[in-house]
Amino acid sequence: MTTTTLAVLVPLLPFLAATAGLLLGRTAPGFVRPLAVLPTLAALALAIAVAVDQGGGRAVQTHTELTPTGSVPIELALDIDGFAALVAVLVAFVATCVQIYSTGYLRDDPRYPSYAALVSLFTSAMLLVVYSGDLIVLLVGWEVMGICSYFLVGHYWETPEARAASIKAFLVTKLGDVPFLIGLFALATDAGSFRITTVLGTVANGGLHHPTLVGLLLLCGVAGKSAQFPLHTWLPDAMAGPTPVSALIHAATMVAAGVYFVARLLPVFEASACVMVVLAVMGAVTMVGSALAALAQDDIKRVLAYSTIGQLGYMTGALAVGDRGAAVFHLLSHGAFKALLFLAAGVVIHAAGTNSLAVMSRTSGLRDRVPDAYWTMTVALLALAAIPPFSGFFSKESVLGAAEHVATGHTEHAPGSAGWIVLVAGLVTALLTAAYATRLWLLAFRGRGTQAADHGRQPLSMTVVLWVLAVPSLAFGGLAYRLLPDWFDGRALAPTLTTSVLSTGLALVGGLVTYGAWQRTRSLAARVPLGTVAAHPEGDAGLVEAEAIAAHEPAFGDVAYAPDPADPGRLLLGPLHRHAAEGFHLDAVYDVLLVRPVLAAASLVQFLDREVVETYVRGAGALPRLLGAAVRRAQTGNVQTYVSALLAGTVVLAVAVLLVATGA
Amino acid sequence: MSPLAQAPHGFLSPTGVEIAFLLVGLVTFGAALVTVTTRQLVHAALWLVVALGGLAVEYLLLTAEFIAWVQVLIYVGSVVVLLLFGLMLTKAPIGRSPDADSGNRWAALAVAVAAAAALVWVVVDAFRTTWIDLGGAAAGSTKVTGASLFQNWVLPFEALSVLLLAALVGAIVLSRKAKADPSPPPVNGRAVTQSSPPVTDSGIYPIEQEGAR
Amino acid sequence: MHLAYPAVLSALLFCTGLYGVLARRNAILVLMSVELMLNAVNLNLVAFDVWLSKTARDTLHSGQALTLFTIAIAAAEIGIGLAIVLAVYRNRGTSDIDRLRDTAEGHQSGTPTDGTAGEKAEATA
Repeated sequence: MTTTTLAVLVPLLPFLAATAGLLLGRTAPGFVRPLAVLPTLAALALAIAVAVDQGGGRAVQTHTELTPTGSVPIELALDIDGFAALVAVLVAFVATCVQIYSTGYLRDDPRYPSYAALVSLFTSAMLLVVYSGDLIVLLVGWEVMGICSYFLVGHYWETPEARAASIKAFLVTKLGDVPFLIGLFALATDAGSFRITTVLGTVANGGLHHPTLVGLLLLCGVAGKSAQFPLHTWLPDAMAGPTPVSALIHAATMVAAGVYFVARLLPVFEASACVMVVLAVMGAVTMVGSALAALAQDDIKRVLAYSTIGQLGYMTGALAVGDRGAAVFHLLSHGAFKALLFLAAGVVIHAAGTNSLAVMSRTSGLRDRVPDAYWTMTVALLALAAIPPFSGFFSKESVLGAAEHVATGHTEHAPGSAGWIVLVAGLVTALLTAAYATRLWLLAFRGRGTQAADHGRQPLSMTVVLWVLAVPSLAFGGLAYRLLPDWFDGRALAPTLTTSVLSTGLALVGGLVTYGAWQRTRSLAARVPLGTVAAHPEGDAGLVEAEAIAAHEPAFGDVAYAPDPADPGRLLLGPLHRHAAEGFHLDAVYDVLLVRPVLAAASLVQFLDREVVETYVRGAGALPRLLGAAVRRAQTGNVQTYVSALLAGTVVLAVAVLLVATGA
Repeated sequence: MSPLAQAPHGFLSPTGVEIAFLLVGLVTFGAALVTVTTRQLVHAALWLVVALGGLAVEYLLLTAEFIAWVQVLIYVGSVVVLLLFGLMLTKAPIGRSPDADSGNRWAALAVAVAAAAALVWVVVDAFRTTWIDLGGAAAGSTKVTGASLFQNWVLPFEALSVLLLAALVGAIVLSRKAKADPSPPPVNGRAVTQSSPPVTDSGIYPIEQEGAR
Repeated sequence: MHLAYPAVLSALLFCTGLYGVLARRNAILVLMSVELMLNAVNLNLVAFDVWLSKTARDTLHSGQALTLFTIAIAAAEIGIGLAIVLAVYRNRGTSDIDRLRDTAEGHQSGTPTDGTAGEKAEATA
């Protein structure tokens, strides 16, 4: 089979699996699990084969035009360069892990068939986005991912949090997608094609007429999809979905699609310095703000969600300094360790029966209950905090190195200001990241208090996946930083000494400070009892998690916040804590700026419709009704009356005819 | 009779036939007016006899003698009798009934007067100078009418016999009682052309059954 | 004779009958008025027939033939009409035309003064 055939099969297999899963889900439940896992596994194998075939050499490009589609042709095009090949491997890998994990996680879920089919569909769409060489085909995958995300976030639609979160995720990403679509059209109009290669060729020849406008429009969609400031608010709420979905869609792959898109079209963005600075500011604000917010979250998954936003901020920062190799490097390593973090968090939530860190900190022995999750999560947190030699260290160093490279005057790809912004923000975030990673670890696994209840061993399908994911979290960065430049643009990704020392030092400082704060506050934990109990601790992990999410707000008054004085984050953040827990009130700002005006406009429209338009309609109906009432009154039932009227009319008509006939 | 040459004929110098026609016409019209205005129902039928008889005389004056006798035979002889039977079968009051006219009397009067005015105006306007020469052979003698009827109008004549048969059957069907009458009244008016039942007995008891059907 | 005399008499008789049809309450009186209208038409037919047969040498005598037909049909009509009136009278206990208002819009309380039989018939009709 040629590479092209293999590459076509990669998105096609999960798509067929999704179709079959949706069709057979009810009638043949026995086929659901194989249908979910095997095609994804096959797609992984094929993606690896494609990557090996491609081998970082010339991009595999092929295209076929199905039908003429107006002035700008839309083609089914494949464009597989090193980025696409490796990102596809990551997507298929994480998707396979998540599918296997889900068989255990949603063991008893009655909606598992549709869930698995949607995950397959999502995988297919993401692979389509990765491989597509045509912007419109890419957009199709982009939107299919969005709708899958909507459905999967709302998997526990019985809970109001999940319903609200799914609608919010959909609306906010759509808010970005509309300018994104316009930007794509503007780009294609300038380039005369939707083919990525043609577009890049046009950019290289300086054929792009409005680079700033196009870049900013496209950035809107990227910010929505990749949860960058200011459109990031949907991602923490999207944690109301099942944990495997969070791992796959909202950590490893879909949210990375925006970054991947920018990486593919980076020359378009580089054409405008303004766009690069905006990108840098966006990344910087995102990473610092989200790291602060992560330090204040009580829900373990929300901590990870904000951490995802922050790491995506790193990737954006790397793009802002024009190094897409570093961005995709971080994307790959982050995809692995963040998926691991989420999946391990799912195990922890199942074992603890709660998603609240405050409650976990009052439970002892959790790490003995779930040793697999404990160890793998430790690895992943170290990777997240960028401690050498874990993979996160190398990828993050490549980002910071690229920023330093630009900041120190190599500004051929990006403005120097962008370099400085990214560098400073990245270093601050390194400190904060280590702090919240330490806090998460300490609160979750070093709690003191009642012994954690024993719900038996976790399913094998869940724990094995954790170890499988732990391998790349541990080793990928160290192995890959020498190989990857061959696949990417050829720029070195090795850590530079200055930034390595700086960021690692900052990370250590952050971790130690947090440890110190925790030492001071942990004694308070015993004094302030807090806690919720999962209603069905024996249920499968999905059920426990749904109940935990649903119980958080009634128990603590907020989905994100717990009034826990023993929280080291509270001590570290001081007065900022409350605001950070609320995501710096961005939702409230949106509520005032967008939601309320929209609602007011809607009620105005409703008023206009109901009171004004309806009045005309009713008036139009009232006149005939009045006439009808008058005519009805004439229907007395008295035949003589009828005949009288008839004959009177006859006389009148006859006289009229006579007058006309005689010319009078 | 005035000769043909004596034209135009004025209204102010009427011939004898005209005077007779006018007088009989006045009587006829008056009787018709009383028929439609009297409050005594039986009197209305009797005044109708006068009006119809007057019309028969008018036919005679117009030399349509066969029509005149048919008029007397059928109208005066049978139709009025039928009407009287009808009045009796429906228990019409014998004396003055104050509510003989319905509420829309004035509307009816207006329509009738308007129609009369229009018709008279048109007719007078159209036939002011038209003259019928009544001299010569009678236009409506039995021989002439018979010849015309059986030479030119045979088919309609025969069709008319079928119509009369249908009317006969229809009248019988309409006026007979319901077949499934569990408690038949002792006597009842069937077809009006048949026996005349006592008015007092032709009650209203079959109402329920027929109404409920 | 002037044609105007029978024509005007006919018109007047017709309108008298018209008034009777419209104004009389008793159905049989209405039938009488119908007879008057028919006779007015007959008079018209005869008069014009005579006029035509003298003036235009018309030998078809359509007017007189139609008059005969009208008389015959009037006889049939009076038979059917009286049968209908009798049937209505048996059903409703009245032959007053302005109480037969079944076709009225919102027809509910047609004949409140007809006694029990009439009301029952209304209710079941």
